[in-house]
Amino acid sequence: MEHVDGNALAGPLAEFFSFDVTMAVAKCEGCGSIAELARAMVYASDAGTVVRCGSCGQVLMTLVESEDRAWIRFTGMGAIEVARTSAAG
Amino acid sequence: MSFITRGFSGRSRERDERLPPGQTLVHDFPVLSAGPTPDIDTADWEFTIRTESGSQSWNWDEFMALEIDEVSTDIHCVTHWSKLGTSWRGVSIDTLFEHVETGYDYVMAHSYGGYTTNVPLDELRGGKAWVAFEFDGEPLEPEHGGPARLLVPHLYFWKSAKWVRGLEMMPTDEPGFWEQNGYHLHGDPWKEERYW
Amino acid sequence: MSDTVGIAPSVRAVPRAGWHVGTVTAAIRETPNATRLEIEVDGWPGNAPGQHLDVRLTAPDGYTATRSYSIASSGDASRVVLAVDKLPDGEVSPFLVDEVRAGDLLEVHGPLGAFFVWRPGGDPRPVQLIAGGSGVVPLYAIAGARAQAGDETPFRLLYSVRTPGDVYFARELEALAGTSAPLRLDLVYTRRAPDGWPTPPRRITRELLEASVVPAAEHPLVYVCGSTGFVERIADWLVEFGHDPRSIRTERYGGT
Repeated sequence: MEHVDGNALAGPLAEFFSFDVTMAVAKCEGCGSIAELARAMVYASDAGTVVRCGSCGQVLMTLVESEDRAWIRFTGMGAIEVARTSAAG
Repeated sequence: MSFITRGFSGRSRERDERLPPGQTLVHDFPVLSAGPTPDIDTADWEFTIRTESGSQSWNWDEFMALEIDEVSTDIHCVTHWSKLGTSWRGVSIDTLFEHVETGYDYVMAHSYGGYTTNVPLDELRGGKAWVAFEFDGEPLEPEHGGPARLLVPHLYFWKSAKWVRGLEMMPTDEPGFWEQNGYHLHGDPWKEERYW
Repeated sequence: MSDTVGIAPSVRAVPRAGWHVGTVTAAIRETPNATRLEIEVDGWPGNAPGQHLDVRLTAPDGYTATRSYSIASSGDASRVVLAVDKLPDGEVSPFLVDEVRAGDLLEVHGPLGAFFVWRPGGDPRPVQLIAGGSGVVPLYAIAGARAQAGDETPFRLLYSVRTPGDVYFARELEALAGTSAPLRLDLVYTRRAPDGWPTPPRRITRELLEASVVPAAEHPLVYVCGSTGFVERIADWLVEFGHDPRSIRTERYGGT
């Protein structure tokens, strides 16, 4: 199955987060590499969305959606770094 | 949702009374996967059952020497598609457990590539599950789980782990990959056990 | 603005995404296999060059199918332009390419994604755009935004396409290549080249790529968009040429 880039998470996750998750910077707990989620590998199917580290392939995050609920799990990453929208500049 | 897109019907959603609730019939074989397709040569393939007391392994040739079943069955994917009358060849889990002693009641299936899924042992024994290596008379394609996948057709198809490499016996029912991430621990399509 | 931590300005500059109902104002054949859709989206907050949106189609029985499409336009306007390529086994793209006509309503979600974005007047580094087929859409948005702003950042577009008839935004790209701070356009035809073209049809090889992009020594920002295989191949080669992986932004599109 072909993967796409983390960019593709922007739409599905916009429903649940008020910031653009694809710009969040995450550290992979597998290999330690640090990157925007937009650089991750996304395996998306009707079953769910699996986000894997662009460097080592470890699962970083999963998203499962039913008609009335969603399950979001930050499996393989530590804290994510999010730019504040209220900051000056 | 009251919005309707003019002229859009999407892929045909064929109902059939033999289908569990919420399922529609497909004639192709959709590919769903949580990661890259592992490339496993049968020369490197091994299948292992681990129990509280040890493990039992088969290489490909040893596995092919076991009693092989022909299986015709319907399959049901949690993403709402079903296929009727699919044909498989594989080794029954009953056959594998003739060589294995365990007091544990739960199984975690492990796959090449890291996928896992949990199934109670009772749901695998008694002619209910196989390790299948042929589909429709052909060796199982890698994208459908080849060289071998678990086949547990009475549960949603995510339980039929692709690229299966072994079964681990567990004293309690622990969730596998999708089961940790929203999917039902058991997954009976007739009860629509899709999600938590 | 660095590539990692100093991303706050671009996050701030991207309008908040939301679901909108848009009215198709034009559905024009772009290539034999693609349609350009112009959609007037009530409440659209504008979008940055390179962003995408999701289109959701709903059948009478409630069944929905949602797909992402890059936006070929940018700016504050409430009109968005898409160019949709018809995938042979697709469920959504054949509908958008062949069925949709002016006056139809479409549900769209966006603008989406602040990562595959370039803005005029920001980063001064030269820009190399690399497109495979319909992957040119967001890159055209980026090149168009630069021209519109009168930005003179050095820009180059390497565009791999099957035949001359398959070139998206052919006239517009030609115009961008003829401005006072021109976009340098390098077309590679993979199946059939125009009459009198200096080279026979060919794919982008490692050598051709190295000869056709802003050299790594000039530290360009590189945007690559196309099929998964195309993007993978190009990005790997760029890293081999010494391009900083952090300066390469990719957008792979899936096959459904």
